[in-house]
Amino acid sequence: MSPASGSRIPWLVVPSAATLLLFFLVPLALVLTVSFASRGTYGGIEWVVTLGNYTSIADPLYLRIFWRSLWLAGLTTGFCLIMGFPLAYIIARAPTRWQGILLLLVVIPFWTNFLVRTYAWMFILRTEGLLNTILAGLGIIHEPLNILFTDAAVLIGLVYGYLPFMVLPLYAALERLDPSLIEAAWDLYARPIQVFSRVVLPLAKPGVIAGCVLVFIPSLGAYVTPDLLGGARTMMIGNLIQHQYLVVRDWPFGSALSFVLMAGVLAMVLYFLRAGGAKSLS
Amino acid sequence: MLPFRSSGGLFEDVNGTSVQLREVTKRHGATVAVDRLTLDIRKGEFFSILGPSGSGKTTTLRLLAGFEQPDAGEILIEGSPMRGVPPNHRPVNLVFQNYALFPHMTVAKNVAFGLEMKRLSPAEIAPRVTEALEMVRLAGKQDRLPSHLSGGEQQRVALARALINHPAVLLLDEPLGALDKQLRLEMEVELKALQERVGITFICVTHDQEEALTMSDRLAVLHHGRLLQVGTPEEIYTAPASAFVANFIGVSNSLSGRVQEIDGEKALVAVEGIGIIRSHAASGLRAGTAVLVTIRPERLHLSRDPGTDGYQNQMVVGIAKAIYSGNEMHYLLTLPGGQTWKARLPNADGTAKRFSAGESAYLKWRAAETVLLPE
Repeated sequence: MSPASGSRIPWLVVPSAATLLLFFLVPLALVLTVSFASRGTYGGIEWVVTLGNYTSIADPLYLRIFWRSLWLAGLTTGFCLIMGFPLAYIIARAPTRWQGILLLLVVIPFWTNFLVRTYAWMFILRTEGLLNTILAGLGIIHEPLNILFTDAAVLIGLVYGYLPFMVLPLYAALERLDPSLIEAAWDLYARPIQVFSRVVLPLAKPGVIAGCVLVFIPSLGAYVTPDLLGGARTMMIGNLIQHQYLVVRDWPFGSALSFVLMAGVLAMVLYFLRAGGAKSLS
Repeated sequence: MLPFRSSGGLFEDVNGTSVQLREVTKRHGATVAVDRLTLDIRKGEFFSILGPSGSGKTTTLRLLAGFEQPDAGEILIEGSPMRGVPPNHRPVNLVFQNYALFPHMTVAKNVAFGLEMKRLSPAEIAPRVTEALEMVRLAGKQDRLPSHLSGGEQQRVALARALINHPAVLLLDEPLGALDKQLRLEMEVELKALQERVGITFICVTHDQEEALTMSDRLAVLHHGRLLQVGTPEEIYTAPASAFVANFIGVSNSLSGRVQEIDGEKALVAVEGIGIIRSHAASGLRAGTAVLVTIRPERLHLSRDPGTDGYQNQMVVGIAKAIYSGNEMHYLLTLPGGQTWKARLPNADGTAKRFSAGESAYLKWRAAETVLLPE
């Protein structure tokens, strides 16, 4: 074989393509297959083809968990956006030598294991925890606040965990924004709120979409945060799937839940890409 | 002047002042960007602020636009004090150096922006957008995005976007800096014509002396935040107030000397290694003063024959270099004292009167063309 004909096969892609095929597509196909099988009496898989796993998701009990997951992921995305935008804007407008340091501070939490950081939140939020001790010490509260093992605790944990995923793409978009455009709008009689809504926000849109996708999707499938901070009362889809696989030992139903979640996420990503975020994700 | 005026009202200044700066000072950290600047800019004039980078000219423009506030002094626009007035409440509009067109809006949307912010109805805005685009010869391009326009077109959009608001003062930051030379020459003429047509006060910041001389009714020269000279282009070109202005406004030849004698309007200046140079004397000049003798390259004459021909100054020089430059010859001359001067002579006289490197020639010029500057 001559070198010329050999170069037609992109050899450098082979390792990554093989890895994806073996460890991503094959398991995915297995999960899809299992989702149409039935649960055996003692938790095994019986190869009786059925759509029952998908129809039983329509049970109000499960729908409520889907709805709570969507609601919490949506709230997380909203809070991350509201908190992340000013932060990203300040970093993008800081002197260049400060920008690197400030961005480093944003990602420094990643240096510690996510599980450890979530345990730290339990310590802060629990009834005799840091937050309640401080608030009581300051005389602001007299009864300890019950935050841990509520939706609020899950929300705090999710916003804390995914805020950097919002800040980084927003920063990238705002850093490219020419400051003279802001001055031009101001010079052309725009009030500060109009400068934001007419110039800054439209030009930061790719970053907003990228940040929302990057926060919403992992929040929707979150497992560790609701498990530790939400306790038994606040279940999200991730916990439900884990529960089906490991506790109930209903692998077919767990597989069906996984696929519905995946299809939902895929539909949303496609929608966002069509809404104009394609450039921002690449 | 009639006691009643049809328009304008109380604040319309009788002497027609549009912008007044009173002892305006602005510091950026330890450096003084603008230093006690006092200027009166008249209504409807094309006024340029000329200076090298770091001279404070851009800061002055930003103080007028309201992006920065002076540390001391006062700015009045149309008679109203501007202290604490934000840019969106000032009767001025700025044409940015990089045009700062909104990339996500069409040409028409860009131009309409100011009027939309002023909450005019779409029915009022539409005809004014059309009119503004026609004024800058961009009719038919209203639906383009700025990125699909050439540099010259982008600049005209920036002009239309500012002028549509009928500001009292239009501020221009290096308006022609980003254009290539051919386009720049065309736009100089066009900008001046536009200004005369709309009658709005234009304040233009530039580092390009040719641009400033061509377009301005009057100009100010700034250096290190200080005002060096204000005047018409002709006043500044022919009677620069300092060596810096003389050099900045155009290449100037100079020699250091000492005033030997003053005789009415004539002065004799002794220059070491050369002798006596005759000049006209500025008022207040006294014998014994150290001065800089300056003369512009295009005011020099070269001849193969001695004889004064009405030129009061004459010396023998060596031609160090002769450069053909189209309609002109550029010469580098070596003076008897060893200094190098430049001369620019028209080529219209034909090849017989040209010199080549290595020749000697008689250099002549009139006393009236010599400018003495304090050293």
